[in-house]
Amino acid sequence: MNAELFASIAIVVGGAFTAIAGLGVLRFGDVFLRMHASTKAGTLGVGFIMIGVAIALAGQGAIARAVLIIAFILLTAPVGAHLVGRAAWRNGTPLEKEHEVIDEWRDGRSKPS
Amino acid sequence: MLSTALLIAFVLVGLGLLATVVRLLLGPSRADRVVALDLVTVQLVALSALLALSSENAAFLDVGLVLALIGFLATVAFARYLESGPEPTGSGVRVRHGKGEPDVPAEGGAS
Repeated sequence: MNAELFASIAIVVGGAFTAIAGLGVLRFGDVFLRMHASTKAGTLGVGFIMIGVAIALAGQGAIARAVLIIAFILLTAPVGAHLVGRAAWRNGTPLEKEHEVIDEWRDGRSKPS
Repeated sequence: MLSTALLIAFVLVGLGLLATVVRLLLGPSRADRVVALDLVTVQLVALSALLALSSENAAFLDVGLVLALIGFLATVAFARYLESGPEPTGSGVRVRHGKGEPDVPAEGGAS
């Protein structure tokens, strides 16, 4: 009973974070802001859902798989985001003018074509 | 109670997936599309976990695990592709920049 309550709360919270990640990717203004939404909120959402599923399906060896998935996503999401961000920046992807504070290496970037 | 929570979570993840797919279709630059595709993979992992819970079958978690592996490889490959040059202009003419070198103006007056 208690485990079911915990699993339900974790699943709903994870679903909410995943929806917020999608909303952020849809609404933010440039690539780097969108990446911030997708990487952080998406990882947290999947983590919560995995915790919920691991609690609810504990009898079927789900805990090991859930821990594996969480560890893998926590390892790869920052690496992938760094790769994409570096490639986008060097490629000359423009920053959103409204929120740009400083771009110290502006002169070293490729011009957006 | 778990079934209600499962329904709510399915709806929420579905809404997030829909928003991400809209960005994937709209995305003005290639980098936007790569970011959206990365998030689609992560959300599919979440969806497969919810599917495992609704069918009470932990085998769907293996689907999520493999999807996470493939998704990371796809992101790395797309990032390499992004770094290979600027956006195609659409006219078929591509201007290659030197690797990591700044874009030097043709004539004097560089700041």
